[in-house]
Amino acid sequence: MAVNGVLRPGFIQLRVLDMAAALTHYVDRMGLNLVSTGDDGRVYLKGWDEFDRHSVILRQTDEAGMDVMGFKVAAEADLERFEERIRAWGLAVDHVAAGEQPGVGRRIGFTLPSGHRIELYATIELSSNHPPILNPDVWPEEPRGMKATRFDHALLYGPNIDENLRFFTEVLDFSLAEKVELPDGLLAIWLTCSNKAHDIAFVKHADPGKFHHAAFFLESWFDIGHAADIMSRYNISIDIGPTRHGITRGQTIYFFDPSGNRNEVFAGGYTYYPDNPTRMWDHNELGKGIFYYERVLNERFLTVVT
Amino acid sequence: MTTTHTIHLDGAAFPCRDSETVIAALERAAGFGAAAVGGRRVPVGCRQGGCGVCRVHVLDGRYRVGAQSRAHVSAEESDQGIALACRLIPETDLSLSPAPRARGKKTNDINNI
Ligand code: FES
Ligand SMILES: [Fe+2]
Repeated sequence: MAVNGVLRPGFIQLRVLDMAAALTHYVDRMGLNLVSTGDDGRVYLKGWDEFDRHSVILRQTDEAGMDVMGFKVAAEADLERFEERIRAWGLAVDHVAAGEQPGVGRRIGFTLPSGHRIELYATIELSSNHPPILNPDVWPEEPRGMKATRFDHALLYGPNIDENLRFFTEVLDFSLAEKVELPDGLLAIWLTCSNKAHDIAFVKHADPGKFHHAAFFLESWFDIGHAADIMSRYNISIDIGPTRHGITRGQTIYFFDPSGNRNEVFAGGYTYYPDNPTRMWDHNELGKGIFYYERVLNERFLTVVT
Repeated sequence: MTTTHTIHLDGAAFPCRDSETVIAALERAAGFGAAAVGGRRVPVGCRQGGCGVCRVHVLDGRYRVGAQSRAHVSAEESDQGIALACRLIPETDLSLSPAPRARGKKTNDINNI
């Protein structure tokens, strides 16, 4: 199957408590590029290896967390098709006009059974600073800081993840790449719409709409080490790592932005095809699944969210 | 010479440097990533005022607080001395007690996995 329908995570809008501190973190330390500031104060950022205009939106307010995650679909016609399927499945769909985010076409939005808002859109401007196209050099200008290439995926916490699983597979045509199944039921799911091991993931949690982390892709394990050096040099709050996830096999560091939103730098991870079996972890080896080298969960993994 | 203030928490006492947050002092005393103090603990989460796990009640002393998520400390609670330990900077010795927010059903108790 060629990748069509939902293509990839396109953007994430995060709430921050202090915009100046957030920009030092995301631009100077992580290496995202500043694209623009909107009239309403929202700031738009992108990774150096992304063609689209922006992928991260920061909104200053007095609570941390995630407002919305957007997925890009292949064509405008997909929006009508998905709107019908989403309504038929039983979720309400609303519309966001083109231009609500600069350079972005119309969006459709809905709230998952876990309480998270998701949007779909087909159109976004080509970045004025996109990766080279003709006789392409490896980058347009040398990457900065942790050299985050792109917004890669998010992990979200909330109730009803069994229903989220049905929704993503039955309506948005995602596949379940990997899951954690405990004696009392499903604890966590890793869903993909592409060749990546995951594009979005969910962990069961009592409170709806919670945000665990937004992950940014780095090119190698060496770059993860470089990111760790930057974190210690600038006293960035580290949760855990450098380490590896058994689940997805990605190499990783979890850390926090200045508002307490968790970030991840992520490299590697296996290639997924939609005919692959769903990999599964149970309570015997869950520690290894989450943190492969420590082989034990830290308490923060299950309790610290925004 | 840097001024230090003493943080009292359930019978234990720890030094906190001037302009250092209480969580940083507790982590320094207990080991990075841990802050077991006396019989009770203040969990260490994001260290950035966002997640709310480090909520404490200041029983005595003067302090200031940095930006903290209103989801975890309302303006009214703030007036009553509730604060996030990772945003709490002492100006005198402080006496604290943990003040975890009462949560809903705890589906993610790590001890039950
Ligand atoms: S540790 Fe997250 S708010 Fe203090
Ligand atoms: Fe991740």
